[in-house]
Order: sequence, then structure tokens, then C-alpha cells
Amino acid sequence: MRRRGYLVGAVCLALCAVMLMPLLASVLASLKPTAEAAASPPTYLPGALSLDSYQRLWEYQQGLPVYLFNSLGTAMLTILFTLLLTVPAAYGLARFPVPGKELLFVVLLLALIVPYQALLTPMFLMFAKLGLTNSLIGLAVVHTAIQLPFSLYVLRNSFAAVPRELEEAAIMDGASSVQSLRRVFLPATVPATVTVALFAFIMSWNEFLGALVMMSKSSKFTLPVVLAAARTETSLGGTDWGMLQAGITISIIPCVGVYLLLQRYYVSGLMSGAVK
Amino acid sequence: MRRGRRNGWVGLAYLSPALLFVLIFTVYPLVRMAWMSLHNWSLLTPPRWVGFDNYTRAAGDRQFWVSFGFTLKYTLIITPVLIVGGYLLALLTAHNSPVRRLTRTVVFTPVVIGLGVSSLLWYWLFSTDFGFVNKVLLDLGVIGDPVVWLGVDADRSNLAIIASVVWKVIGFGMVLFVGAIQAIPSDVTEASLVDGASYRQRVTRIILPLTLRTVLLVTLLSVIGSLLAFDQFYIMTAGQPQNETATSVFFVYLNSFPYLKLGYGAALSMVLALTILAFTVVQLLLTRRSHP
Repeated sequence: MRRRGYLVGAVCLALCAVMLMPLLASVLASLKPTAEAAASPPTYLPGALSLDSYQRLWEYQQGLPVYLFNSLGTAMLTILFTLLLTVPAAYGLARFPVPGKELLFVVLLLALIVPYQALLTPMFLMFAKLGLTNSLIGLAVVHTAIQLPFSLYVLRNSFAAVPRELEEAAIMDGASSVQSLRRVFLPATVPATVTVALFAFIMSWNEFLGALVMMSKSSKFTLPVVLAAARTETSLGGTDWGMLQAGITISIIPCVGVYLLLQRYYVSGLMSGAVK
Repeated sequence: MRRGRRNGWVGLAYLSPALLFVLIFTVYPLVRMAWMSLHNWSLLTPPRWVGFDNYTRAAGDRQFWVSFGFTLKYTLIITPVLIVGGYLLALLTAHNSPVRRLTRTVVFTPVVIGLGVSSLLWYWLFSTDFGFVNKVLLDLGVIGDPVVWLGVDADRSNLAIIASVVWKVIGFGMVLFVGAIQAIPSDVTEASLVDGASYRQRVTRIILPLTLRTVLLVTLLSVIGSLLAFDQFYIMTAGQPQNETATSVFFVYLNSFPYLKLGYGAALSMVLALTILAFTVVQLLLTRRSHP
């Protein structure tokens, strides 16, 4: 029994090593000096540490700050839009005898059934007319449309789970529906709200196809789009592998960071919302 | 009387912004797509009604079938790997102990990384002259010359991309399987231990049957995700060689955007959406039963 325990432990640690190797390789490669980063065959470990690759990324085309701003701005707007739309909607669905509620819920979850990849062509045409292409707001709208069903589903379950007594006490005190929302429901549903914001952030920060289609000006590219473009064209003639690794490292840090910080919320969201 | 305050119309008011948003940004594009698919249309010329021509044209388009067949092949190979692999990982780590918890966290970490970014990472790892995969295989003496993994041979590209996607998403199934295994009531497990069941018997007679619904659900989610594959192929092969590795979504993208055949692109999107719909309906029926 004991021997088996050690065996499981060893297998687990080997698995961890295999899973972490690509990430570690990328981070280490991003820290190689320029010449070593372009070496073929590659070296396993950097001979010297340097921030050259980050320096080149900082100045690449429009400059890293522009791309970071676009990615972060879109992600923040996506969180904002998603919460502004789904918190009230979840409240309405979970707590009011809305006429035709079942049908409305199905309509709201429609985006679950229709893959957004298929809707991008008509959306692009519509956005071109509305001036929403090459706009962070426009891309955030696409991301909100993708994220809305999952968010609504998670929040509605959370609103429905708030004990009736709490709401009734507020009503007895003469609270309006807006006041009950603010005083009773928002505090009671904080974990679900955090989950929804977390998923919205990660999805928007990572999303590729929508950003590729909606953003044609390089000054509006998000981080994954500019890196994908940089994989074939760079200042050095061939692919600038060191700079690419720097970009990959910078893209990965926020996602892994918020995931490790808020792991509990992430896993609970995954479990409750496995519909997505 | 106490329900008087909670009027249905007030509820509808709370719902209306989300409802309006879905009508404008999901329902309207859907209707528009259906309409577009019945027209011949590039951005330069006005749309012209052609009935179902775009659909019959797809049926006779060699690339449509190449893309569809390739996407299907990718899906059929990757899904069993993800499900069996994810389940084995879940069996290994389901019990809560520090080292298993750590393993779950580590195996899950690539799931939160973007598919685009992880594809770029593996584009580098599989690069012929600069990548670690060839470097390691050469140093171990497994291969004599660097292998061209991506963009030259469709099957070899497919395998390399599958390896990268397995690394990225295998933790997703694992976490859901762990959740299902941990939800098995402990008295069921204890009873089987009292009866002297071996580990293997417990897995095949108790754990697997009691988590079957989750297995089906994750299988459907994997199939849907794989049928919609785009980022990894766009980044790692750009569809090469000769669009042999251009997936269905890639084919829609090529027609709609670089080629601007909007009507044809819309018809292809409709076919894609209907294929996915069939799988999603099954998935929703499955999830519904778990949340009565």
C-alpha cells in the first residue's frame, strides 16, 4: 500500500514536469540574449540572461504598450458589459414571475447553441456599418455575446439560491426592487460575480478569431493577433523567436496569475457551468 | 399581498437589456446569415438572389469536403485521447492529497492559457531548426535529421497539432471527471471495499458507471470544440500544404474574409452551425437532467 503511494507520487511529479516543461522552455528562451535566441540548433538553457527580447517586443511596430492596452481594454469592457447585462437579467429571471420566462431564457441562451465562429461574417458586416470594427468597444461586444449565456446561467443559479427570507425581510422594510438588489442580492452573490468576471477576462484576453476578423488596423491588434502576425514577419529577416517567447510569456502571466489567485472560483464556475 | 411588489413586468424590465443585446448581436446576425446564404454577394457588387445555389456549390466544392474530412479526422483522433487521458489523470488525482492537488493544478494550468498563444508556443517547439522537439529527438538519437513537423505533410502536421492541443486542454476533462468521481457517495465506495472489491473492479463496476454522464458530456464538449478548431491550424500550419490542413472554420474564414465571397461564406457558416446544433442539443439534454 505504501509502495503504491510512492509510485503515485512519482507519477504525479513526472506529469507535473512534463506539463510545465513547455512553459518553462518558453520563459527561459525569452531571457536569452539576441544571438542565442536565434541560434539553430537551440540551446536548452540560456548561456546568459538578458531582457533584449522584451526590449525588441516593447518597440515592435506600434509598441507593446499599444497592444497591451488593446487587450486589457477589451477584456475590461467585456467584464463591464457582461456584468451590466447579466446581473439584472439573472435577478429578473430568478426572482420575478416574468411572463413567458422559459421561452425568454431559451432565447437568452441561444448563443450556446449557435457557435460564434459561424456568426462572425454577418456580425462583421453589421459592425462595419456601425463603425464598430477596429474598435475596442466592438470587439468587447463580440466577446460579451460569446460570454453572455454562460454568465447568465451561473448568475441565475446563484440568484435563485439566495434564501427567500432575506428578500422578504427587505421587502417588509419597504425596500424597492432596486434596493433589494443592492442590499440583499449583490452581497449574497459575490462569488458568482467573481466567477463570471474571471471567465470573461480569460476568454477576452485569449480570444483569437474574433479579434483577427474585427481588427484590421495594426494599431488595434490585440496581443494574440500581433504575435500571430509576428511569427512570420520581423525585423531580423527570419522569425524573431526570442521576441515571440517574450510575447508568449507576457500573454500567459495574467491568465495563470488570476487562475492561481482565484482557483476556487474558476473550478466552481467550471462545475456549475459545464453547459458551456 | 407580499408578492405584490414583485411584479412580472418589473422583472421583464430587468431582463430587457440582455434580451435586447441578444436580439441585436445574436438573433439578428443569425437571420442575416440565413438571408445572405441565399444570395451571391461580394462587398463590391449588390447582393443577388440565387436560392440554394451556394449550398449546392458547397456540395460540389472539393475544398469543402477536404476541410470537412480533415476536421473530422482531427476530431476522431483527438477526442479519445482527451477522454481516456483525462479520465486516467482523474483516477490518478481524484483522491485529495497535497501532491495530487498540485498535479491537478499544474495539469489544468494550460487550460487557462489562450489557444492562440499556446499554438504559437508549440509552433516554436515544433519548428524544424529552432524547436526543442527536434533538438531533444536528435540528442536522444531517435531521429538522424531534423523532422519538418508542420505545414509539409498533412498527417504529420495533424499529429503535432494534436499533441499541442492535448497538452493545452486535457486538464479540462480531468477537472470535470475529478468532480464527478468525488461526488460518488462514500458509502457506495465503502460497501465495495467491505465486499473485497479490487481497485480494478471498483473502477469498472462503480466509478465508471456512476460518472458515465459526465464522460458523455465532456465527450460532446470535446467533439464540438474540435469541430470548431481554427486557431491552432491558422497559427501552426496556415492551412498548408495546399489547404489540406484548413479546417471547416478555416474554410469559412477564408471565403468570408480574404476572398470576400460573403454569400458562399454564409452558406458554409449555416452548414457548420447546423452540424454543431445537432451535438449541442444532445449536450443540453444531458446537462438538463443533472440540474432538475
